[in-house]
Amino acid sequence: MTDHIETDVVIIGAGPVGLFAVFELGLLDIKCHLIDILPKVGGQCAELYPEKPIYDIPGFPMVTGQGLVDNLMAQIEPFNPTFHLNEMVESLESIGTPEAPLFRVKTSENGTTFICKSVIIAAGGGSFQPKKPPIERIEAYEGTSVFYAVRKMEMFRNKKILIVGGGDSALDWTVNLQPIAKRLTLLHRRDAFRAAPHTVEKMRSLVASGDMDLHLGQVSALKGDNHVLEGAVIRKDDGSEFTVDCDVMLPFFGLTMKLGPIADWGLNLHENLVPVDTEKFETNVPGIFAIGDINTYPGKLKLILSGFHEGALAAQRVHRYVYPEKKLLFQYTTSSTSLQKKLGVAA
Amino acid sequence: MGVIHVTDRAGQRHTLEAVEGWRVMEIIRDWGLPIEGLCGGACECATCHVFVAEDWLDKLYPPTEEEEDQLDTVVTKPSSRLSCQIIWTPDLDGLEVTLAPTGA
Repeated sequence: MTDHIETDVVIIGAGPVGLFAVFELGLLDIKCHLIDILPKVGGQCAELYPEKPIYDIPGFPMVTGQGLVDNLMAQIEPFNPTFHLNEMVESLESIGTPEAPLFRVKTSENGTTFICKSVIIAAGGGSFQPKKPPIERIEAYEGTSVFYAVRKMEMFRNKKILIVGGGDSALDWTVNLQPIAKRLTLLHRRDAFRAAPHTVEKMRSLVASGDMDLHLGQVSALKGDNHVLEGAVIRKDDGSEFTVDCDVMLPFFGLTMKLGPIADWGLNLHENLVPVDTEKFETNVPGIFAIGDINTYPGKLKLILSGFHEGALAAQRVHRYVYPEKKLLFQYTTSSTSLQKKLGVAA
Repeated sequence: MGVIHVTDRAGQRHTLEAVEGWRVMEIIRDWGLPIEGLCGGACECATCHVFVAEDWLDKLYPPTEEEEDQLDTVVTKPSSRLSCQIIWTPDLDGLEVTLAPTGA
């Protein structure tokens, strides 16, 4: 396949800072595609704290995480960016020169390839990944007996399944897999679940009718040979232990953020952050920029508003790479008819 | 002024000067010990999970329902707390905590 997408800029990360960069680039006639590993836009704002009020966004005495994301989406709508969700950027290769940068960007899931003149990394704390519980030798079973997501339910038919967790994912898969499992056990640290009440009720009735087991405790060790799980040792709060026979274990402990493939792109890194200058927010590779929580420079504050500022300045330099012949005229949205036309608000 | 004692994941015990009104997570992070505190203290990520020494557990405010929900996302012990939910006051001079292991 030689199919690829050609665009001016690829933005990695569709959190608030990546979204606002679309606006600043759009005012300069720069087109972009955004890639995010989550199935939705908004990054941490949407995934970690959609309901939490934020008090330090200029012009908003209070806005929730999701509210801010919704407003940003409305603000960038005139620029019609393309989103590639559920995809993680696997590789980033430089195929141009420092004077005329060009990049090939590839994602993992669908293997989409992009050719672009600049890349803006707005990846926050990295990519969201399932949280892996710190259980000894768990890696030995990953992919064979331990799974952090269910891709095909059929894989689990007639298996002795141990599901660990107390949230929506754990409860949903408990009630969905129970009918096809040989035996299903749900393990949680306490007898309270933060999942849809209907699903919790369903689980409780399956336990009451003897069709599945519910245990309270923590997995302390795994038993089995050669990547094949045979059982999990459960420790209860009182310190006593017992073993649950199982062929597969599905831990659902939510998401965390990992730097991921960014470490392999030839960028200078400092404690998992990408150092940039404070004029253009460009990395050590010309044409690759880093804005928002992922970057570092003297005096850096990890605030959303800092990321907005960084995006505006990065866009100025991106303009030079995308339109090397054009002189950039600095304009205000209040007075410039040409900017207002781009925003679709010109009289 | 007072201190907290923090045992890191290698088993080394550090004595850190504490600041009244700071979250224990913030004190640990400010001293440069490896604690992630991804969400910045909003009780939304459980990456500041610590084990509190037995004799200190009762001296802390009990966890909120919100903190319990987050503790559901890590492998806990009965002494598990999120250090972003412990605000340091002089009553907690000498508080003893251990950084919980992080997953791969």
